[in-house]
Amino acid sequence: MNITLRVWRQKGRDDEGRMVTYKLTDVSPDMSFLEMLDVLNEKLTLEGEEPVAFDHDCREGICGACGVVIDGEAHGPERTTTCQLHMRSFNDGDTITVEPWRASAFPVVKDLVVDRGAFDRIIQAGGYVSAPTGTAPDAHANPIPKPDADRAFDAATCIGCGACVAACPNASSMLFTAAKVTHLGMLPQGQPERASRVVQMVNQQDAEDFGGCTNIGECAAVCPKGIPLDTISQLNQDLLGSLSKGIG
Amino acid sequence: MAVTGAILVLYLIVHMYGNLKVFSGQEAFDGYAHGLRELGEPLLPESGFLWLFRLVLLASVLIHIYAAVSLWLRARRARPASQRYQVKKRVHRTYASYTMRWGGVLIALFVIFHVLHLAVNVISPGGASDSPYERLVNGFQPQFWFVTLFYIAAVIAVGFHLRHGIWSGLATLGVNQANRQPVLNTVATGIALIVTVGFLLPPLAVTFGLVS
Repeated sequence: MNITLRVWRQKGRDDEGRMVTYKLTDVSPDMSFLEMLDVLNEKLTLEGEEPVAFDHDCREGICGACGVVIDGEAHGPERTTTCQLHMRSFNDGDTITVEPWRASAFPVVKDLVVDRGAFDRIIQAGGYVSAPTGTAPDAHANPIPKPDADRAFDAATCIGCGACVAACPNASSMLFTAAKVTHLGMLPQGQPERASRVVQMVNQQDAEDFGGCTNIGECAAVCPKGIPLDTISQLNQDLLGSLSKGIG
Repeated sequence: MAVTGAILVLYLIVHMYGNLKVFSGQEAFDGYAHGLRELGEPLLPESGFLWLFRLVLLASVLIHIYAAVSLWLRARRARPASQRYQVKKRVHRTYASYTMRWGGVLIALFVIFHVLHLAVNVISPGGASDSPYERLVNGFQPQFWFVTLFYIAAVIAVGFHLRHGIWSGLATLGVNQANRQPVLNTVATGIALIVTVGFLLPPLAVTFGLVS
């Protein structure tokens, strides 16, 4: 396959940044998108140019490190992570535009790499449970109804990649925060902090300059882990409950 | 946003009911309008209830606009113009959600015109009148097609606004669970359609001479 790439190049945080066009020949349809970028970087290195910086780690779709906006869609045309997207999803001769996640809360560090520290600070604000010391309790001491366990697990599959923010027209992190609130709120271990957690996490995401949620649904539509949109409703329910009790 | 929106949606439904009285003739329509002024008597002075009602509506509109503007400003701060995507695809979002902000501005401008036209009657195409029925009939005559056109555009904007607004408001209030979503979507579309058609019928009936 012959591919024309338009890639966002930015030397550092203070650089203005620009789109640069590269042509790649002999791209295999079986390559992953990141492998295609590897090929580009090899070529650039041989030509004495600076390779394109991008985040990646497991390349198995489970770590949440990779993620770029491809032709206007977070993680590209398939509902998966960028590393699990393959070149067979594109056609020979295509021009592909690659941009970093765009949000004030995710400043570009270099090229396609953004700083997602804001997500860590949202987690620090409330995405934890109290773990009492002592001997481990019996495994069946805390019965959890199957539907609750399933819902908690569905929400827990969030890998914090940031696609929800990238896709949101308001650059809101609501789906990410809602996934964490739902995950911990469905389980007995998450109950002690449940009321304060939601307020602290929402306050933190506001402080990080994420936008406000207007329930458009682009986030859930691009989420590689299929976090359901109604987790946001669950977050709002918890939030209304907390605020009406004067917590926060 | 959700609470004030809910107040405004309920008001629209009552307003639509009043409008449809036009098909029962001038007496019913004017009688209904007059009845609103006597509502709550003798407990409240004349038009007392109406003014309370107007106060709640005005407060709702202002709070609704304030919330919308702050959301818009936050979105601009969260992704400034300098950081816009060069290519952006719409994956899921409805056309209705796309029109919320500019549609809202159009509706606000229309409401100002609408109050000046049919309520205060400062703007009076076809001649001013003490009878609300006559104001309606005068205002939507075929030669004032531009008035009718503005009305139609605004009502369609309201329809889109409700389609996304009802859905979004219910999510904000926390009732939007996955198993209810198909029902809520149908309800939002249903109310939006009923309100749009309900508001379009009276002026169109006047323009096409079915009501005179």
